[in-house]
Amino acid sequence: MPKLTVDGIEVEVEAGATVLQACEEAGKEIPRFCYHERLSIAGNCRMCLVEMERAPKPVASCAMPAADGMVIKTDSDLVKKARNGVMEFLLINHPLDCPICDQGGECDLQDQAMAYGFDSSRYAEKKRAVKDKELGPIVKTIMTRCIHCTRCVRFSEEVAGVGTMGAVYRGEDTEVGPYIEASINSELSGNLVDLCPVGALTSKPYAFTARPWELKKTDSVDVMDAVGSNIRIDARTGEVLRVLPRTNEDINEEWISDKTRYAIDGLKRQRLDRPYVRKDGKLQPASWDEAFAAIKAKVSGLDGKKIAALAGDTVDCESMTALKDLMGKLGSANLDCRQDGSKIGGPRASYIFNSTIAGIDEADACLIVGANVRAEAPIINSRLRKRWRSTAGDFKVGIIGEKWDPTYKNDYLGAGPDTLQEILDGKNDFAKVLKAAEKPMIIVGMGALNREDGDAVLAATRAIADKYGMVAGEWNGFNVLHTAASRVGGLDLGFVPGEGGLATNDILDGAAKGDIEVVYLLGADEVDMSKLEKAFVIYQGAMGDAGAQAADVILPGAAYTEKNGTYVNTEGRAQQGWRAIFPVGDAREDWAIVRALSGALDLTLPYNNIDAVRERMVELSPTFASLNVPTKAEWTDFGKAGDMKSDGFTSPVRNFYMTDPISRASVTMAKCTEAFVKDAAAEKVA
Amino acid sequence: MQAKGTPDMLQDKDRIFTNLYGFQDFGLKGAQSRGNWDGTKALIEKGRDWIIDEMKASGMRGRGGAGFPTGLKWSFMPKESDGRPSYLVVNADEGEPGTCKDREIMRNDPHTLVEGCLLASFAMNAHAAYIYIRGEFYHEASNLQRAIDEAYDAGLIGKNACGSGWDFDLYLHLGAGAYICGEETALIESIEGKKGQPRLKPPFPANAGLYGCPTTVNNVESIAAVPTILRRGGSWFSSFGRENNHGTKLFAISGHVEKPCTVEEAMSIPLKELIEKHCGGVRGGWDNLLAVIPGGSSVPLMPKDVCDDVLMDFDGLREVGSGLGTAAVIVMDKSTDIVYAIARLSEFYKHESCGQCTPCREGTGWMMRMMARMVRGEATLDEIDLLWDVTKQVEGHTICALGDAAAWPIQGLIRHFRPEMERRIKEYRARIAA
Amino acid sequence: MSHLRRPAPKELQPTSFAFTPENQEKAKKIIAKYPEGRQQSAVMPLLDLAQRQTEGNWVPTVAMDYIADMLEMPAIRVYEVATFYTMYNLAPVGKNFIQVCTTTPCWLRGSADVVDTCKKELGIGVGETTEDGQFTMIEVECLGACVNAPMMQINDDYYEDLTAESTKAILDALKKGEKPKTGPQSGRKGCEPIDGPKVLKAFCGCGAAPQDADASEGDA
Repeated sequence: MPKLTVDGIEVEVEAGATVLQACEEAGKEIPRFCYHERLSIAGNCRMCLVEMERAPKPVASCAMPAADGMVIKTDSDLVKKARNGVMEFLLINHPLDCPICDQGGECDLQDQAMAYGFDSSRYAEKKRAVKDKELGPIVKTIMTRCIHCTRCVRFSEEVAGVGTMGAVYRGEDTEVGPYIEASINSELSGNLVDLCPVGALTSKPYAFTARPWELKKTDSVDVMDAVGSNIRIDARTGEVLRVLPRTNEDINEEWISDKTRYAIDGLKRQRLDRPYVRKDGKLQPASWDEAFAAIKAKVSGLDGKKIAALAGDTVDCESMTALKDLMGKLGSANLDCRQDGSKIGGPRASYIFNSTIAGIDEADACLIVGANVRAEAPIINSRLRKRWRSTAGDFKVGIIGEKWDPTYKNDYLGAGPDTLQEILDGKNDFAKVLKAAEKPMIIVGMGALNREDGDAVLAATRAIADKYGMVAGEWNGFNVLHTAASRVGGLDLGFVPGEGGLATNDILDGAAKGDIEVVYLLGADEVDMSKLEKAFVIYQGAMGDAGAQAADVILPGAAYTEKNGTYVNTEGRAQQGWRAIFPVGDAREDWAIVRALSGALDLTLPYNNIDAVRERMVELSPTFASLNVPTKAEWTDFGKAGDMKSDGFTSPVRNFYMTDPISRASVTMAKCTEAFVKDAAAEKVA
Repeated sequence: MQAKGTPDMLQDKDRIFTNLYGFQDFGLKGAQSRGNWDGTKALIEKGRDWIIDEMKASGMRGRGGAGFPTGLKWSFMPKESDGRPSYLVVNADEGEPGTCKDREIMRNDPHTLVEGCLLASFAMNAHAAYIYIRGEFYHEASNLQRAIDEAYDAGLIGKNACGSGWDFDLYLHLGAGAYICGEETALIESIEGKKGQPRLKPPFPANAGLYGCPTTVNNVESIAAVPTILRRGGSWFSSFGRENNHGTKLFAISGHVEKPCTVEEAMSIPLKELIEKHCGGVRGGWDNLLAVIPGGSSVPLMPKDVCDDVLMDFDGLREVGSGLGTAAVIVMDKSTDIVYAIARLSEFYKHESCGQCTPCREGTGWMMRMMARMVRGEATLDEIDLLWDVTKQVEGHTICALGDAAAWPIQGLIRHFRPEMERRIKEYRARIAA
Repeated sequence: MSHLRRPAPKELQPTSFAFTPENQEKAKKIIAKYPEGRQQSAVMPLLDLAQRQTEGNWVPTVAMDYIADMLEMPAIRVYEVATFYTMYNLAPVGKNFIQVCTTTPCWLRGSADVVDTCKKELGIGVGETTEDGQFTMIEVECLGACVNAPMMQINDDYYEDLTAESTKAILDALKKGEKPKTGPQSGRKGCEPIDGPKVLKAFCGCGAAPQDADASEGDA
C-alpha cells in the first residue's frame, strides 16, 4: 500500500494503483481523454500530466504506477502550462463546429477547453480534414473531430472482441477507423459513442435530435434481455429520445447492448394507444368500460378451469402479481410465464444464474450448454471475454450447442445431449478442464431447456455441476441464462400452473380443442397464435404485435419506459425502473389495468397503489424484499433424470436485433438486421 | 600514446573496425584474419560478471545517441531467470539524418557484431538475440545474414557456441521504413509485429521488454566494439577520450566538407581537427563555416564560433548546448540556407512522428508549417516567439524522445540565427508592402 | 501524403492472394524465427514477401488478409502495420522504384539536382509513374548513407555520390534495360574520403602492414 503526497495531501492507495488514481483519492480532478478505467492504458493524450518530484519532466499520471514516497503536484505552474499546451495541440486540428456537433454539451474536449484552453487560436495554418468512415447503422462518424485517443480502438479489441477499429497510417495522418470500409459487427458498438470523448463517434439514430440539457433523465432497468442492465432513459416532452447505460459493476459495468440502447424507436410504432374490442370479426376502437364489459360478458359464470393466462417476456412483476391474483379470484390455476414452454421452475437454484454475473470474474472454467451467449446476453458474453483476457487466455470455455463466435478462445465440444453425457461420463477432454478447475461454472441456456427433454437435460447439467465441484462452499457455478426479462420474476412470484393447472403448451392445446375458452395474454406475443383461434383472447400490452392481432379485446398497457416496474434478472436480482414518460394515448400502467378489470368483474383486488402491490410481491417471494442484491438460493435436488434426445440444442435467439415486439418494430434494429445478420436477406425473401 | 583530453590522431592498431572501408573480405575468413573470433570461448569462460565489469571499466557509453553507460545497462538485467527468457536486441535501425556508421559495420565488418552479440547475450543471460535492421539496408542485411550463417556453420553461434557450452541463437529482423523504430520500445513493438509506437515507461525493457521478457537494447556500434574491448581490456578502451567520455568512436562527417567520410577516432577529438584531418576541411576553408550539427539531426546546431574549439564528446557538446548524439557531423558552410536546412529536418520529424501522442502528432506538423513559412519569411516577428513556444510545448511532454528531437533543432536555430529569421520576415513584409 | 500510402482503388485490387509454394516455404522459415505463439512477429517480413511477389511491387488488401489468417491475427492489425511503415506500397509502382533522399545531409550536397534530373529525364513529377510503368519516383527521408550524399535508392540498390550527370547516366542505363553499377558513382569504394583512405591504409590494400600503421598517418 504505497503512501504518497498529492498537493500536500497524504494518500494511501492500493498496490498497483496509478498516480492518477492516487490524485483522485486526494480529491484532485485530473483531466484526461485517452484514459478509461475499463480499458488498457494508452497514455497518449498527455492531458493528465502532473509534476513529480525528482522527475525531470512532467509525467503522465494515468500510466505512472503510484510508489511510496512520491510527491505529486497537480496544480503547479508547470502542470498548468503543460496541460494548456496539450489542449492547444488538441484544438489546432479540431474543427470549431461545436454548434452543429451532437457531442455539444457533453463533450470532454469542450469541458476541458474551458479549464485549459486559450480564448483564441494561435494556429494560423490549414486545419486537417479527415474522411468520414462508414461504420454501419449505429455509429455516425465525423473523423475530422477525432483526437486520436484510441478509446474506440481499445474498446473494440478488448471489450467487444471485434477487430474492426484501428489507427492506420501514422503521424498527423493517423486515422482512426477501419482500413477498408467495414461496419462494426458487434452487439456492443453503441458503447463507442459513449466512449468517444469528442464528437467523432456519435449516435446515428440520435443524430441532431436533442441537446443534453433539454433532456429529463430517468433511471431504469432494461428489458430487452434477462441481464437487467441498468439504464438511464433520456426523454423530452413526453418522448423517449435515447437510452444510456448506468454504471453497475455487478451487472453491466458501464456497457449496454445495441438492442438495449437502440430498440426504443420501436416504441414509436405499432403502439396500442386505446382499447379495442372485436366486433363482427374486426377489432374496433372502444372505451375502457366497453372493453371491460366485453370481458365481463365472456368470463361471468365461466368455470375457472376454462380460463388461462400467459405472461410475456418483458412484463413487470407488478402486473404479473395482479394478474396472478385475479386468476386466483377467477378460480383458474392455468397460468404460466414460460411462453417457450421451457422446463424450469423448480427450486430457485435451478433457474437462476447462481454465480452472479460478477462471479464470472472468479471462474476458471466455463461450460456453455445450449446458449448463444453473445446473442442472448451480450453483456454477459463480454464479461466472459473480460475474464478470458484477464487470465491471459487461461480461462477455458467449452461450448455445447450451435457453433457461434464468442470472440474469445473456446473449445467447441458438440451439438447436444450426447456431448453433455460424455462430459458427465468424463469421456470428453473438457471434463479434465472442469475437474482441474477450482471454480468451474456451467451456463445452461433456454435452448437446452425449452425442449421436451428439458427436465432430463436440466438433471444432467445438475449432475455435471455436482460431479465437477461447481457447487462448493460459497461458490455456486450452476447458472441458467434466461432470455426474457420477466422470467425469473414470474417464477419467483409463482406465475406458473397452480394445483391441477395447465402449463403453456397444454393451455395452447386446450384452447385449440376448445377446452380453454378464455386466454389472457399479458404481453405474450411469442406463442403459436393459430391455436388460439377458437378462444376468446384478451391481449394486454403496449405493442401491436402477434398477440394483439389474435385478440378479441385489447387492453393498452404501458411500455417499460412508461411505468414504474420491478424486474428480476437472470441472477435473481430484483431491480426497479422508473417511469420516464407517461403512457401513450389511453394506455395505462399494467398492474392498474388488471386492478381496474378486477373491479369491473366484481372481484376487486386488495390494492390501490403500487406500494401495496409491492407488499403483496414480498408476500409471494422474499426476492422482492431485498432490491438490487441477488439472494443466494439453496442447492437442492431438481430436474428429472431421463432419456435425452440426441438432437442438437438450438438457441432461441435467431437474430439478436429482433427478439420481442419492441425490437421487431424498431427501424434501427431492422437496419442492423440487414447489415449484420447473415441470413437476413434470405429471410426477407422467405 | 596521447595524453587524455588532448587526443592526437588515433592509431590504426587501436581501431576496432579495421575493415570499415570494405577493402577486405567481410566474411568469416577475412574477419578471423583481422582478429575477430579469436579466443571467444576463453572470454566466455571468464564469466558473466567479468564481462560486465570489463564493460563498466571501459567507460563505454551507448553509441546510439543517448550515451547511457553500457556496462551499467547490462547490469540491470536479472541475474537469474524467473522462468522468462532474456533477450538482447540490437538496434540497427540507423536512420537519424547524418548517421551512417552502423551501416559500415554491418556490410564491411559484420562479424564484429555477430561475435559481440554472443558475448553480450552471454553476459546478460540471453540465449537469443534479434538484430533489428532498417529495411532499406537490403545489402547490409544480406552481408550480415551471411556472417550469421557462417558463424552458425562454424559452430561459433548456435548450440554450444564456440564450444563454450552456451547455446545462442541470433536472428535478423528487417524494418520497413520508420525512423521511430530506432526508439528502443518502438523497436520492440515492431519486432512483435506491431506499429512502431513507443511504449510507456515504466516498465523498462530490462523488466518487461520483448515479449514481456527482460530485454536490453543496444546500438550496433556498442555491441560490435565489445569483443575488442574484452580482448584488449576495459582499461585499453578507457585510455581514449576524456574522463566520462571514453573510447574510440565512429564519426560520420557529411555536408559541406571537402571529403565527407566515416572514420573511427578517439572520443574528445576537437571538431575542427576531425574535419580538417579527415575530411580535407570545410568547403572553402574553416572561415567559410556557418554551422555544424554535431550529433545527428536531433541535436541543436552550433554556430562557427562554438565549433572552433569544441571537443567531440558527450560532455563537451552538452556544455555548448548541443549533444554528441550519434556523432554524425553535418557541416554547413556559408552558402547554406540555414533556415531551410532546419525546416527540412522539421519536415523529417513530422514525417516520422508515430502519431501516438498529442504533442508530437500535432506539434511536429505545426512546427513544420511554421518553419516552411519562416524559410520564405512569410510570418510576423512575433511568430518566432510562438514557434519557440510550440517547441517548448512539445519538449518534455511526449511519450518518447522524438518530440524533443523535433523541438531542439528549431530551438538551436532560433537561439543562434534569430537575426537571419527576422531579416527574412522583414524583407518579405517589405516586398508585400511594395 | 503520397498516393502510394493510400490503398489502391478497388479496380486495381486483386480478388485473391496466396504465397507461391516457394514463398510459403520462406514464410514458414520466417515464422520459425520467433518463439511459439509469437507468430505475429512475422507480419513485417511476410508483408515484404507479399510485396516482392506481387506484380507492381505493392501489397494488395487481400494479401494483408491472407497474412492475417496465416498469423492468426485480426486483419486490422495487419492494416495498421502495412500503413505505418513506408516501405510497403499500398498501390502499384513502376518497375524501377526510385526513392531520392532529400533530407538535409543529402540536400546540402545537391539532392535537388538529383530530383530535378529524375523529373526531367523521366518526364514525371514526384510521386508519379512513367506511362510505360518503368519508373516511379518519390522523395524519401534519410536512407542512412549521408557521407555518400546525395543518394537515391532504386529497388534494393543504393546509388551514391550522385550528380546530375551520374543520375542521368543511371536512368539512361535503366531505360536500356542495363544494370548500372550500384554504390558511389564518384569512384570511391565506400565511406572513405574521395581521394582514398587516410587511415587503415594497410587494411585497404594501399599502405603498409598493420603493425606499421603509424607510418601511414603521416600525411594528415
